[in-house]
Amino acid sequence: MFKITSEEIELGDVIRAVEAGDAGAIVHFLGVVRNNTEGREVSYLEYEAYPPMAEKKMAEIAEEIHEKWGLDRVAMIHRVGRLEIGEVSVAVAVASPHRKEAFEACHYAMNRLKQIVPIWKREVWADGEEEWVKPDPVFFQSKA
Amino acid sequence: MKVKVKYFAVLHEELDRDEEDMDLPEGATVRVILDRLEAEWPEIAEYYDVMQTSVNWEYATPDSELSDGDEVAFIPPVTGGQDV
Repeated sequence: MFKITSEEIELGDVIRAVEAGDAGAIVHFLGVVRNNTEGREVSYLEYEAYPPMAEKKMAEIAEEIHEKWGLDRVAMIHRVGRLEIGEVSVAVAVASPHRKEAFEACHYAMNRLKQIVPIWKREVWADGEEEWVKPDPVFFQSKA
Repeated sequence: MKVKVKYFAVLHEELDRDEEDMDLPEGATVRVILDRLEAEWPEIAEYYDVMQTSVNWEYATPDSELSDGDEVAFIPPVTGGQDV
């Protein structure tokens, strides 16, 4: 499951998408809207995505995971629109026969998601200002 | 030929539209679109070092040659790495 959604994310959605009889481990990650960025109070966030390309790139990350760890059960959902403090912006789950690979692959999936999946975050501050989030330097090194 | 061009985040805001259809000469590259946008909004050049381009949902370059019906997108830097 690779999905951009404007609906609330339920952890069960990604868990159910990766469950399997031979899965001895399911590792999941939830990204949650934090109430501050480097100490500055955040009012809420707005996410924008390029959905067809984002879902295609998510599927490519799953292919990379297959090549690196031989795992086939990966799910990713990212929400768009206005998100309040404490709401889930992204959920990733990976199932594996054993936990080591599932932890590694889940971490990898999240890192790659932030590098190659076209999703943008706008921070709206409690003082009323707002801005698109500055880029991750890694992003520019990962172009090729 | 005709292509669809999509704008996101800061580009969407500065150009005040999220997509448009463009008529281009046969064999045009992504650069032709950038030149038109630069004529309208010169500051776009400041983003060239950090902005990526896609053609039909795959990362591309300004030198990528376009075909009729292609979907081109200009992708300013994606979400920062420090939020989670």
